[in-house]
Amino acid sequence: MSIDIKTANIEPVRLTFDHLEARIGKGKSATRYQEAVHDFQMTQNFHYRPTWEPEMELFDVRRTKIQLDDFDALTDPRQYYYGPYTIQRAKQQDNADSNFALIEKRKLFATMSGEWTDKIRRLIVPLRHVEWGANTNNTYLSGYGYGAPFTSAALMHAMDRLGIAQYLTRLALAVNGQDPVILDEGKALWLDDPLWQPLRRLVEDAMVQKDWFELHVLQNLLQDSQLVPLAFVHFDEAVGATGNVAFTLGTEFMREWFNESSRWVDATIKTASSAKPENRQLLNDWVALWWPRVQEAVAPLVLAAFGAEASAVSGALTAALNLRLGKLGLEAVA
Amino acid sequence: MAEKKLGLKEKYQLMTRGLDWETTYQPMDKVFPYDKYEGIKIKDWDKWEDPFRLTMDAYWKYQAEKERKLYAILDSFSQNNGQLNISDARYLTALKIWMQGITPAEYNSHRGFCMVGRQFRGAGARVACQMQALDELRHAQTQIHAFSHYNKHFGGFHQAMHMRDRAWYLSIPKSFFEDAMTAGPFEFVTSISFAFEYVLTNLLFMPFVSGAAYNGDMATTTFGFSAQSDESRHMTLGLEVVKFVLEQHEDNVPIMQRYIDKWFWRGYRLLALVGVMMDYMLPRKVMSWAEAWGIYWEENGTALFNDLARYGIKPPKYHEIATAEKNHITHQAWAVFYTACPATGFHAWLPQEYELDWLSEKYGSTFDRYYRPRFAEFARIEREGGRFYTNRLPLVCQTCQVPDFFTEVDNPMKQSIRQYEWQGMKYNFCSDGCRDIFAHEPEKFCQAYIPPQQIYQGNAGGARTLPEYAAWLKCEFGKDSGEYYTSEDYARWKAMHGGNDTTPSSAAA
Ligand SMILES: [Fe+2]
Ligand SMILES: [Fe+2]
Repeated sequence: MSIDIKTANIEPVRLTFDHLEARIGKGKSATRYQEAVHDFQMTQNFHYRPTWEPEMELFDVRRTKIQLDDFDALTDPRQYYYGPYTIQRAKQQDNADSNFALIEKRKLFATMSGEWTDKIRRLIVPLRHVEWGANTNNTYLSGYGYGAPFTSAALMHAMDRLGIAQYLTRLALAVNGQDPVILDEGKALWLDDPLWQPLRRLVEDAMVQKDWFELHVLQNLLQDSQLVPLAFVHFDEAVGATGNVAFTLGTEFMREWFNESSRWVDATIKTASSAKPENRQLLNDWVALWWPRVQEAVAPLVLAAFGAEASAVSGALTAALNLRLGKLGLEAVA
Repeated sequence: MAEKKLGLKEKYQLMTRGLDWETTYQPMDKVFPYDKYEGIKIKDWDKWEDPFRLTMDAYWKYQAEKERKLYAILDSFSQNNGQLNISDARYLTALKIWMQGITPAEYNSHRGFCMVGRQFRGAGARVACQMQALDELRHAQTQIHAFSHYNKHFGGFHQAMHMRDRAWYLSIPKSFFEDAMTAGPFEFVTSISFAFEYVLTNLLFMPFVSGAAYNGDMATTTFGFSAQSDESRHMTLGLEVVKFVLEQHEDNVPIMQRYIDKWFWRGYRLLALVGVMMDYMLPRKVMSWAEAWGIYWEENGTALFNDLARYGIKPPKYHEIATAEKNHITHQAWAVFYTACPATGFHAWLPQEYELDWLSEKYGSTFDRYYRPRFAEFARIEREGGRFYTNRLPLVCQTCQVPDFFTEVDNPMKQSIRQYEWQGMKYNFCSDGCRDIFAHEPEKFCQAYIPPQQIYQGNAGGARTLPEYAAWLKCEFGKDSGEYYTSEDYARWKAMHGGNDTTPSSAAA
C-alpha cells in the first residue's frame, strides 16, 4: 500500500523518548547509542532479594564503593552498541583471517628461528589463560556492575577477551604445525612453572574481588596496561626485528583492540575520578594497593623476554601507565 | 613436521575448553560461590556439549551480517514513514505493551545471562551463557531502535521506561524475570532457557512476528525474524542444560522437576499477555490463542515431555489446567484491559463486528455463551454515549501478578481464588499453580512489590484514583491511555490517511 499524503499530517509529535529527553534536553533527537544504553537497567521496585546475595537488591549501587549520582554517566566514547560493535569486530576478524591465511600459506612460523618460537611457547601461549581470566572478570563487571552503559560495554570487553584467547590459540597452533600439544604445554607452564605463578596468583585473587569498579581498575587498567603492550608491542617489536612478520600478523587484532578499548577504560575511570574527591582517593588507593602485585607478576616475564633490556622495557611500560594515570587525574606509580 | 588437520568440533573445543583451570591460590568454591547452593550436583562439567560451537570470530561475522541487513531496513522504514503501512493504529497497542514489558525483559534476560555467564564453573556452559547474554542485549537494543520511529508519531511509547518499574500490568513480566535472576544459576537457565525459550517461546515469537507481518509492520517483522535465528540457538541451549543436569546425578531430578513445574506455570501466566494480543489487539488475525496453544503446547509440548520421560521427568504440574483454560483467558483479560485502560499506557476498544464473529468462530464452545454478551453490554453503554471504566485496580495474584480474572475450570462463572496463610498474613492467588509456587518459597514471594497495594499505601506518588495513578505513570488520558476511538492516536491516524478510518472489515490480511 502506498499513500500520497500531505507531509503536514506526518510531522512527528516528539523527537525522542521521555527518558532521553530528560538527559539531552527538549527538542533534540537522541542517537542510536543513547537509545541503546540509557536507563535500560531497572533501578527500583525490585520484587525479590537475590537468593545468592540477600543483603543486596538485584541491581545495587552498593556493589562498589565508587559513588556516582548517575551511573549512566559511565558512557563509552566508542559509542558501541551491539550493531557497531559486531560490525567493527567482523571487519577485524576478516583481516585476522587473511593474516592467518598468509602465515599458513607462506609457512612463516616454519622459517622463524627456534629461539623465538621457543619464546612464543614459553611466554605467549600461556597468556591464553590470562585472557580467560580477563573474560571471567569482565563478565563479572557485566553482571554485577551498575548501569547499562557500563555493563553492556563490559560484556563486549569480556567477549573480546575470549576472542583474544582464541586468536592466541590459533597462533599457538600455527607455531606448532597445528599440533595441539603446544596448548597442553602452555597450560602446564601456567599451572606449574615458577615464572608464571605470581601472575596466576594475581589473576585468581582478582577473580574473588567483589567491588566491581576495583576489579575494573585492577584488570582493565593496571594488569592490561602492562601485559598487553608487553606481549603485543614490545615482544612483537623484538620478533619483528629478526625480519619475520608471522607474530606481527597473528597479533594485529590485539594491538588495535588495546588502543581502541583503552579509550573506554580511561573514559569510565576518568568519569568516576572527576565526579567526587572521594572517588579519586579510592581510585588512588586501589592503584597503590594493586600496583606492587602487578609489578611482581609482570617482572619475571619481562626479564625472561628481554634479559639485559628488561629494565628499559619495564620503564617504558610504567611510563605509559603513568601517562594514562596523569590524564585520569590519578597519582603516578613508582 | 606434518600438519595435523583438526576437525571443526575438535578445533572449537581447543579454542574454548582448554582455557579454564582448577584454581589453587583461591579455592574453586570461592571463585564460583553460587553454583552449589541449589543442591544441583555436577560430577563432570566436561560432559557439557557446547550447543553453539561458535568461536568469537564466527559469532562476530554472522551477527554483523544480520545487523547490517536489519538496520538497512529500519533506516528505510523511518525514511519512508513505514508506520503508514500498518493495518490500523489499534495494532500499536501490541507494540506498546511489547516496548513497556518485553523489551525490558530482554534487557533483564541479558543481565541474567551475564550473571550466570560468570557463575557456572564449567567453561563451556559459561561461554554459552555469555553469548546468549550478548544476543539478549541485541534484542533489547534492536527493539528500542525499531520502536523509536513509532514513538515519534504515536502515544504510549515515550514513557515506557518510566512505567516499566511501576505499572500494575508490567509487574507481570518484571516479577517473572526478577524471580529468575534472583534464583540460583541452575534455576535461572531452567526458567529462561528451558521453560521460556524452549517450551514456550514459539507461543511468544510466532504470533508476535507473524502478527507484525500480517499487519504491515515491517520494522517489527524484521527485528523479529532477525532475533529468531538467535532464538534457535537459545532453544538448543535450553534443552542441553536440562539434559546435562539430569544426566549428572539422579538427585537433580526432583529439583529440576520443581523448576520445570514452577516455570511452566509462571511462563504460561505471562503468556496471557500474548494470548490477548493475538485475539484482540491484531486487527488482522494470525491464529487464535487456543489454536496456538493446541499446536505449540498440546502437540509439541507432549512430544518433548515424552522424550524427557526417560530421565524421570514428568509433564509440568497443572498443564491440564492451562489447556482447560484456553478458551477463556484471553476474553477475560481483554475485558480487564477494556475497563482498566485509563490506568495503562495503551488504548483499548470493543472488538468490531468482524472480530466478534471471528471470535465466535474460533471459540465456539465459550465465546457466544459467556463473553459476547459481556461485550454487547459494554457496546450498549457506548451507544448511549457512555464508556464503562472501572474505578479501581483489580486484585492481582501474589505470585504471577496477573489480575485475578481467572475462573474455575469447571465453572466459568466462578472466579478462581486461592489463599495461603504464612506468618499470620493471608496471601491471594489466581490458581493452585501460583499458590504452590508461593508455598515452596514463601520467604521469597512475600517480598513481591504488588502495585495495587502500593497505591493504597500511598506509594504511587500519593495517587488515590485511577487518573491520578495514570498521571504518576506519566500516561495522559486520551494521549497514552483510555478508549482508542476517542484517542489522539486514532485522530492522527485518520489525518495521516486523508481523514479516512482504515479499520479493517475482515480478519484476513
Ligand atoms: Fe531475546
Ligand atoms: Fe497467579
